[in-house]
Amino acid sequence: MSKVEPLPREPQTTVARSLPVYEIERLSKTYARNNLTALSDVYLTIHKGEFVSVIGSSGCGKSTLLKIMAGLLPPTTGRVVLDGRPVLGPRPDIGMMFQQATLLPWKTTIENIVLPIEIREGRAAAKAAHVRAMDLLELVGLGEFPNVYPGELSGGMAQRASICRMLVADPAMLLLDEPFSALDEFTRDFMNMEFQRICMERGATAFLVTHSLEEAVILSDRIQVMKARPGRIVEDVRINLRRPRTLEMINTQEFGEIVAHIRELLGKEAHE
Amino acid sequence: MTDASRPEVEDTVWEEREALIDRIPRWIAMTFLFVAVVSIWDLVTRMGWVSAIILPTPAETLEDLIFVGGNLIAGEYMVDALWTTTLTVAYGFLIAAGIGFSLGVLVGETKFGERAVMPYLVAIDTMPKVAFAPLFIAWLGFDIGSKVALAAFIATFPIVVATAAGLYAANENERLLFKSMGATRLQTLLRLKLPTGLPYIFTGLKIASVGVMAGAITGEFLGGGRGFGALIRQSASQLDTPRVFALILYLSLLGLALYFTVVWMQRYFVFWNKAEKPGGIG
Ligand SMILES: Nc1ncnc2c1ncn2[C@@H]1O[C@H](COP(=O)(O)OP(=O)(O)O)[C@@H](O)[C@H]1O
Ligand SMILES: [Mg+2]
Repeated sequence: MSKVEPLPREPQTTVARSLPVYEIERLSKTYARNNLTALSDVYLTIHKGEFVSVIGSSGCGKSTLLKIMAGLLPPTTGRVVLDGRPVLGPRPDIGMMFQQATLLPWKTTIENIVLPIEIREGRAAAKAAHVRAMDLLELVGLGEFPNVYPGELSGGMAQRASICRMLVADPAMLLLDEPFSALDEFTRDFMNMEFQRICMERGATAFLVTHSLEEAVILSDRIQVMKARPGRIVEDVRINLRRPRTLEMINTQEFGEIVAHIRELLGKEAHE
Repeated sequence: MTDASRPEVEDTVWEEREALIDRIPRWIAMTFLFVAVVSIWDLVTRMGWVSAIILPTPAETLEDLIFVGGNLIAGEYMVDALWTTTLTVAYGFLIAAGIGFSLGVLVGETKFGERAVMPYLVAIDTMPKVAFAPLFIAWLGFDIGSKVALAAFIATFPIVVATAAGLYAANENERLLFKSMGATRLQTLLRLKLPTGLPYIFTGLKIASVGVMAGAITGEFLGGGRGFGALIRQSASQLDTPRVFALILYLSLLGLALYFTVVWMQRYFVFWNKAEKPGGIG
């Protein structure tokens, strides 16, 4: 391996440490239907402005964790608190994004983006939010497509529109479940960089589910490594790469070491 | 690439050849088939291979087509018959759409509907529904009511099944999205499940539009009255086969009109779903 200058490590800001947004304790989930323990004894604290990812093989319980955090699924045991209030159902201060863009094909791009406002506050409020939606469209580079139907958007454009929908109600917390994994590799790299920029601009707090190691490392401040049966977090890996991250960092030794470390953690499981 | 040292190199452009049968334009293909069928028909009847009572010649049929058409245009008694059948079909279709859609929502949206209502619907659906015609006549008389009932009865089930299937069509992510936005059950139904299910519902309506015609005509065969079905039965009992043929052809126009009304409504309401269908007629 060629010698690469180590990147300067970003000092952790003490302010960020002091403000927990999410507090998750003793969380477990057993699906009653098949008596399957998808999560067991999960502890996780996310601080304001932090970008945390969870990585693990398919079926290890990542989506289950995210759904419980979002208030879409009740836990079997444990505690989930967001901004000091327990999560007992869907909340307006959470913005979500899924693997598919899930834009409604009978609504234009901008109507799709204001959908969360339409559902919560009605049509008039949604109409009033068009201005904000337009700003968001500009932010993700879709400024020319507000009145286009989703059928005419490419996969990457559709996911950018769904980023806007996630952000439109200005949520305190972003929850993303493999948001770019259906995109091709190049679009995905580009979206990751775009998403980093958006998060940095807004000082967003985000929780990302992914099964791509590089995606997790390039975006996150911390990576939760999960293992299956039962789903549990086995290590909290801190990524101290300088921000803004660039795609070139993927080729550095430090990046490679982090990837190798996590791969080893995950690989062990396969042989257990 | 231009390469001066190899002037003899040529592009390897080649054409993909379609078989002749795939290259015939639609209107030629349709005309050809029509002419072929009518020619064989003409040959078969002219040579006396088939009795004229069973199969009239094309010329005789055309004569009756013109006669019936003239009668319809002149506004004579056949118009009344056609209008009666049109009303039967229209009422039957609207009733089937109303009841079918409501039951479909009950079945597709509530566990009660799925668990309690659906099994009974399936049980009734497997019965030969035409067998209920005498009952409808006994209950509603020989007037248009009994025919409307039979037509609606036959056309309701496809709409129930299609509506219920349509409501299941929204995928897991879309449901989660609505849930995460705090949507109420009614909001989820009206703004997600129903629009997503519209293509299914229209497919059900198309099937129903065929069924409602069958129901109306069967009702008129069995229950008499003043509809087109009664005219057909009357002509058939007089062994006036050319007339029967002509009446059926005009009747099919009514069926086509209903079918394409549904297709047109689907194009208008489901504007985002422009999936190409073979033949481009539905
Ligand atoms: N609704 C459910 N009912 C029963 N089992 C489920 C349900 N959802 C997920 N599971 C199971 O729980 C485990 C974790 O699933 P999931 O959280 O979706 O994993 P991941 O997102 O990491 O792929 C899997 O074994 C899956 O089959
Ligand atoms: Mg998942």
